[in-house]
Formats: sequence, structure tokens, C-alpha cells
Amino acid sequence: MVDYGAGNIRSVAKALERSGLRVEVTDSPAGVAAADGVVLPGAGAFADSLATLRARGLEEAVKASIADGRPYLGLCVGMQVLFDEGEEHGLTPGFGVFGGRVERFPENDTDGGRLRVPQIGWNEVCFRGEHPMTAHLPERDHYYFVHSYRAVPTEPSAVTGTCNYGGNFAAAVANPSVFAVQFHPEKSQHAGKRLLDAYRRWVEESR
Amino acid sequence: MSLLKRIIPCLDVDKGRVVKGVKYIDHVDCGNPVEVAQLYDAQEADEVTFLDITASHEERGILLDVVSETAETVFMPLTVGGGVRSLQDIRDLLNAGADKVSIMTAAVHDPDLVADAAAKIGSANLVLAIDARASTDADGRPRAGHWEVCTHGGRRPTGIDAVEWAARMAEAGAGEILLTSMDRDGTKSGYDLDLLRAVADRVSVPVVASGGGGRAEDLAAALSDGEAGGHAQAALAASIFHFGETTVSEVKNTLLDMGIPVRPPSPHASAQRASGGV
Repeated sequence: MVDYGAGNIRSVAKALERSGLRVEVTDSPAGVAAADGVVLPGAGAFADSLATLRARGLEEAVKASIADGRPYLGLCVGMQVLFDEGEEHGLTPGFGVFGGRVERFPENDTDGGRLRVPQIGWNEVCFRGEHPMTAHLPERDHYYFVHSYRAVPTEPSAVTGTCNYGGNFAAAVANPSVFAVQFHPEKSQHAGKRLLDAYRRWVEESR
Repeated sequence: MSLLKRIIPCLDVDKGRVVKGVKYIDHVDCGNPVEVAQLYDAQEADEVTFLDITASHEERGILLDVVSETAETVFMPLTVGGGVRSLQDIRDLLNAGADKVSIMTAAVHDPDLVADAAAKIGSANLVLAIDARASTDADGRPRAGHWEVCTHGGRRPTGIDAVEWAARMAEAGAGEILLTSMDRDGTKSGYDLDLLRAVADRVSVPVVASGGGGRAEDLAAALSDGEAGGHAQAALAASIFHFGETTVSEVKNTLLDMGIPVRPPSPHASAQRASGGV
């Protein structure tokens, strides 16, 4: 698990351990390179997060791990940093693993009414597509969200989970070595545990 | 489907113990906060809130320990407030495992604190708590539709209009408003729906209803988007859960029957009631 100063690192570590994973918290590229799988937790601002990841040489290490086919789990900002760019506190380039931009929710809902931002609370995610993670998840589950920004991918095929808030948005994106979610499985009680259990299985299968 | 309304048990914590008072005065010991949070997690509460009411800032370490221990054993969202005075206090609580931190009195003393904190940590984790009391005129008669922000457990009126204050702080970057009616707190006579609606309709961030929740029907009224409802996104309650009168899943089933969209209890949800620490 990558430590780049995100606040909720301990709860994520405990939740991963509860699902049977052995967790090493690291802030070094060597630590990332040694892992069977990489988890990037998140809470905080896009620009600050990327500045810290880059200052510690972690961007290259994380991208190398993904390119090597080791399972990457991104949570919240750990999903957002994978995109081309983010607009929180000025336009900042991201990792560019997925095409698209991380944008603030619109001010209005699809019916023209006011949309309350941030989205805080439990919302339903519908999964689709074939992936080692979704193979072990229910088609729909409720997860806990707390965020003002969300990714708008350019490639619809990257989206493996959708959620409705001010219209449908990408709650989960994936490629063969990435599964990244906007919500917080470490705070999502049984649904969250199911997802982290699926991640443990994926890491074991990929070793 | 869309975003669901939340049910939030609230734990008032004093020197590391859960207590519950009526109108912030008489306190009864209701147990160990970590154990109480675990019980509400098992009941599938949508979130838990700790409000630290310890008078002395020197005993802050006790709260941080309680937060860390809770965050390590309970996999649900945790909001912590009470006595938060600075950006450093906010960071300490987030690092201990809080998901959201609420500030109240410090924002009244330093209105720039919310904007500073929002710029550093983002709005999504920052809650502004307001203790509001119905305003009275010079003769002590209530002024309908006017509420005033209070500090110091409701004892000190500030003269600030509660609805305007909520709007100003949401604009400055507070990501949620935790709105407590001091007239109703601990009375179990129902939330102040006029106050809730006035604030919820004014701001474009989520509003958490607090103060007065005594029955599932009260929570339903606070969460209702109907003309006479409170228009709140979440309802916080303490006594009805602490003393084992009901459970979160029982309340949720009643709300679902009444058409309020909440997360349905799963087959895992515990039916065990709190014992009020007795």
C-alpha cells in the first residue's frame, strides 16, 4: 500500500488485513517494486496527491507495476490519479493510464434541480464486463462515497462500474491489471469486504 | 437508484466514555465508544458520529486513541467533532482514522478556518456543525423563522443568524452541515423541521438533521423531501439507539415502509439492542 500522506491509510490497511492480505505500507519506489499487488488509497486533493507521488518517485514505480501485470487497486483519489488530468485546484496532469479528466460534479441534477456536492453517503454501483474482480462481486451493491470530483473517461470500455449522481458516472474503471473505484470499500461494511476479498483472490491468482 | 438517505447514531464522548444528556445538561454513562460503535456497525448504521464534549483540551489524546481504535475495528464511515480548534486538530483526527471532521465554535471565532481547511484537505471531509436556537425578541417572544447560532453547548448565543451562517460556511468550503436544534436536543419531541428546511433549501451541500429524534416517524419527517418535511440528507439520533429502544435496522425498515429511500438492512444486520451501558 502506497503511503503518500493520504489520511485514511490505517483504516485501509486494517480492512485489507481483514480480507487476508499481508500489507506493507511503503513510500519508496523499491517497496512498490517488491509487492505482488499495489493499493493506492486516497483522500484529499488531486493536485497535492500527485505532487507527493511524483516527489517520492512513486508515479514511475506504480506505472511499472501495472505494466508488469501486478494487480492494482485504486480507491477514491487512487482511482482519480490514473486519468490524464484533474481540474481540482487548477489543471494537473495525472498518470494517463486511462484517457479522460477528473471533473467536479455539475451544479444541477439531470432533472434541472440542484445537485448537492459533495456526494456523501451510500449509493448503488452496477458492475459490468469481465474482470477477475467483477467475477466475484454481485452485479449491484451499495458502497460509501464521499467526493466532489469524479472521473469522466474518454473510453467507455474502461468503465466497469456505474453509479447515478447527477447522471451516470464512472464509479469503477478497469483494465487487465487495474481495478479502481471512486467509493470507499474500507468503509462499506459487508459490501466493502466482498470487494477486498475479491482483490485478495486476484492477487493470489496473479502471483 | 440514486444516493440514499443516511441514519447516523451519534455518540457524545466525555473523557473516553459515551454519555447522553438532556439539553446538554444531565449526563448518563452509556458505555465504551469503541464497543458502542461496533454495535452500530453490526446494526448497519450508515455512519457513526463522535462528538467530544470533554471540557479540557489537555485530555485530547483520549479522543484520538478512541478514534484510532474505532477506525481499526469498525469498517464504516466515522465523523468526529467537538473541540476542534485548528487545521492541526483536523489533520490529527483524519490521521487517527476519522473520515470527516466537524468544526463549530472555532469557525465562529475564526471564519477563515473553514476556507483554509477546505483548501488544504478538500471540502468532502469537512463538516460545519451548527447549534441553533429559536431567536427571541426583546420581550423574550420567539421570532418565527429565525434561529441563532449558539456555542458552548448551547449556553452562549452569538447573535449570528443560523441560516445565513450555514450558507456562508458552505460557500467557504464546508462540505456538509450538521444542524442541531438546541430547543429540541434530548427532548425526543421531533426534529425542528422548519429550521432544517430553511437551511437545507438554502445550501447546496448535504444537511444532517440533529436534535429531537425520538421515533422512526421523526427521522422520516426530517428526511422527507415533501412540502412539510425537513429536506435533510441524513438524520442523527442518540437516545433512541443508546437505550435500546430500537435498532438502526428496525428504524430503516419503518422508513422503507414510509417510502424514505435508505439502505435496506442486509441479512447480516444485527438485531441486538444497545444496553445504555447498564
